[in-house]
Amino acid sequence: MSAAPIIDVRGVRRSFRVRQGLFAAPRHVAAIDGVSFSVGAGEVLGIVGESGCGKSTLARVILGLLPPTAGEVLVDGQRVADMDRRARARLIQPVFQDPFSSLNPRRRVRDVVSMPLDAQGDVPAAEARRRVDEMLARVGLDPSMGERYPAELSGGQRQRVAIARALVLRPRIVVCDEPTSALDVSVQAQILNLLAELRDALGLTYLFISHNLAVVEHVATEVAVMYLGRIVERRETSALFGAPAHPYTKALLASVLTPEPGLGIPDTGLGDAMPDPSNVPPGCSFHPRCPVATARCRVDIPATARVAGGQSDCHLL
Amino acid sequence: MSRLLEVEALEVSFGAASAVRGASLALDRGETLCLVGESGCGKSVTALAVMGLLARNASRGAARLSFDGQDLRGLDERGMSRLRGNRMAMIFQEPMTSLNPAYTVGSQMAEVMLRHRGGTRAAAMARAEDLLGRVRITSPAMRLGQYPHQLSGGLRQRVMIAMALMCDPELLIADEPTTALDVTVQAQILRLLLDLQKDLGLAMLLITHDLGVVARVAHRVAVMYAGEVVETAAAADLFARPTHPYTRGLLACVPVPGKVARGAALGSIAGVVPRLGPGFSGCGFRDRCGEATAACGGTIARASAGEGHDYLCRLPPGWRAGAGAAP
Amino acid sequence: MKALRDIGLASGAAIVGAAVLVAVFAPLLVPHDPFAQDLSRRLLPPFWMEGAREGHLLGTDQLGRDYLSRLLYGARISMLIGIATTVASGLIGIALGVAGGFFGGRIDDAVLFAITARLSIPLILVALAVVSVVGSSLTVVVMTLGLLLWDRFAVVARVSTMQVRNLDFVAAAWAAGCSRSRIVLREILPNILSPLAVVATLEVALAILLEAALSFLGLGVPPPLPSWGLMIAEGKDYMFFSPWVIMIPGVALFVLVFGINLLGDGLRNLLRTGRVA
Repeated sequence: MSAAPIIDVRGVRRSFRVRQGLFAAPRHVAAIDGVSFSVGAGEVLGIVGESGCGKSTLARVILGLLPPTAGEVLVDGQRVADMDRRARARLIQPVFQDPFSSLNPRRRVRDVVSMPLDAQGDVPAAEARRRVDEMLARVGLDPSMGERYPAELSGGQRQRVAIARALVLRPRIVVCDEPTSALDVSVQAQILNLLAELRDALGLTYLFISHNLAVVEHVATEVAVMYLGRIVERRETSALFGAPAHPYTKALLASVLTPEPGLGIPDTGLGDAMPDPSNVPPGCSFHPRCPVATARCRVDIPATARVAGGQSDCHLL
Repeated sequence: MSRLLEVEALEVSFGAASAVRGASLALDRGETLCLVGESGCGKSVTALAVMGLLARNASRGAARLSFDGQDLRGLDERGMSRLRGNRMAMIFQEPMTSLNPAYTVGSQMAEVMLRHRGGTRAAAMARAEDLLGRVRITSPAMRLGQYPHQLSGGLRQRVMIAMALMCDPELLIADEPTTALDVTVQAQILRLLLDLQKDLGLAMLLITHDLGVVARVAHRVAVMYAGEVVETAAAADLFARPTHPYTRGLLACVPVPGKVARGAALGSIAGVVPRLGPGFSGCGFRDRCGEATAACGGTIARASAGEGHDYLCRLPPGWRAGAGAAP
Repeated sequence: MKALRDIGLASGAAIVGAAVLVAVFAPLLVPHDPFAQDLSRRLLPPFWMEGAREGHLLGTDQLGRDYLSRLLYGARISMLIGIATTVASGLIGIALGVAGGFFGGRIDDAVLFAITARLSIPLILVALAVVSVVGSSLTVVVMTLGLLLWDRFAVVARVSTMQVRNLDFVAAAWAAGCSRSRIVLREILPNILSPLAVVATLEVALAILLEAALSFLGLGVPPPLPSWGLMIAEGKDYMFFSPWVIMIPGVALFVLVFGINLLGDGLRNLLRTGRVA
């Protein structure tokens, strides 16, 4: 990692206060509990985890939509929290999961894609229109689609519009939060191919958040596994999928059901306890479900250990 | 001996819009049939049609629709409701909304048994507790008194399964039962379903869009597209020798770790699902198929690709790309 | 069921449409000057009763003024007050509701407190107090009701704003660098207008009824303005011998409010089935 990282997350924590009715004191739920990592320019970092792990919250903190309760996020060397909103918009943009709610139903497609340009305030209307048409064509939509309303488009087409909106300012980083999870398999493949092609053409860096490990394996150069607000493993993709280090990663990979008949359903060995972000176990937060937990795991938070192709937080390494 | 569930040439439409244009499938005891397809293909509507749960404005017709030899087509609502929950049970996708939030788990489960088998409430509760244990829920006695909002998604889905089993059904229809769950929970729930099937001799109709689930769970597979079953085969056979162009296209779209080179494009199917208005005839896939010809606009005959493996296409089994021109 | 709802929407729209037309074109429609008194023609009955006179379709009131003319002008007053009040209360309520829903935290707490406080205020007593200090007039009625009837707007605006604020397209607008005002005006407001339109129609009905009640009590529009409520009040002394003096404005009030409610219900059903976000 010789060049400076384009995304640098340092000790970020984010917790929420949850009211517990009129009489009990509010609880603090730590959605992100101390996350640090960096991403080099041009990479695709896949972030995987299940519900409650904090990956969507992390996406919003990195985008500058939520301030961290502690720690900081630097994008291209500047603190996101300090950046002017327009400068930040030129640097990092999102693509969200639900194509039905990520577009304003009351605006035409061309207005949706043009919104970031309008927010900049210094782009003349003719220029904006030209860039919108160009971007619609780039994502595989006919520019005449600009006149339609989102309700008239299919899920895949709406997601293309969302991608066009994200790229119209030519940002350097795109944060994709489950961009294909709500799409059919055949449409998902189209969108993933589009994202890969755009990354090569425009020199983008992606933060690709997903619960679908097969998709992440296909698109990411490096993968970070999150569990209850912490990153438990961060490796190069082939290293992680070839030889997972953390017990949670192993269980996660074992749960992936590839379309290969005859292999049955593996026993992940996780037991029946469910992760609860408002009730994080002491020590290693994974120990109640870990098939190889030791006494030490219940008490001490694991330190980061170096493994081939990356690092992982486990006492047993 | 008749098969447990037989559906032949099922048609369902909502006013002018056709949802199912001719679906046929059959299920035996102890067998799992996966009905797989993407959104809008009609798989959920097919299941609802079998259970008699279609909306009032739906019209249903079939050459054959029988459960254990009994013709379901002529059965009125009372007859169907005697079967539902009793000999045929269904579980749904969304665990958040499948259970009534105003009643405890125990009373909802007991209600099923009291409705169909009568008996005392105590007996029904005892059976409920027994089944909660069977679906591997810890502290089942305590759970009986809990409300749905106190349970996680995975637990709620297990409760749904237990509730479906209250009257020892012979057929379990599961509509995307694990889609809304985390991947690790999904594996647990599917293992549970398979174990229950082995222990109880259940026939299972599992509806899903996930080919991974199909491969690991199904004995037989029916692929649906645009309201029709386009290919039926034993699971191993379907994945080894996919014949219909849609099935082949679909399998090429799924990223498999290790199989598709990273950075290479995934296979994809260009175009979108057609609208099935009145008067739509011929193959629903022809606008997206690389092998389509003018003949695809007419009726397509069912062809066979081997024992128990048939598909709805003009192309011969084992066809290669570019074969479309052949008669 | 659906047929009933369609009839409801159609009838409601027809009634309200007629009322609006009458209100706008009243000066052209009235056969007589609604303020012209003629004591020789007092209390003439309407055309369906005995003793009716030519030229006075709905009879005359106790001062000989043509009742039909007064009724038509009364429609004007009702509609004017209904709409002006709703506009005023709508502006206040929507601003408060959107502020509370959008900013959350202490601002939301303050808005909730304001709503609760407002709901604890007895309208009639406040109107009484205001009128005794300032005197009654059309303007006073509009202002008093406008400053008091914003609660439903605020509640609906607040909840709708909170729902829309969490949707992804709003997050995308933030990420795109939009300013707060732009997000409120162009992303949130257009998407909360549907439920607010329904509230607005129902508030018009409420305002009309309240004005009638206030005028009946002498706290609203002053005589000789032909407010329907005032007409009922003035006619109550003649209730037994000339019942039409009360009945006619009473029925008119009922029909108008009923029509507005039908329209509001119909709108709500229409918008509910057509909703996207």
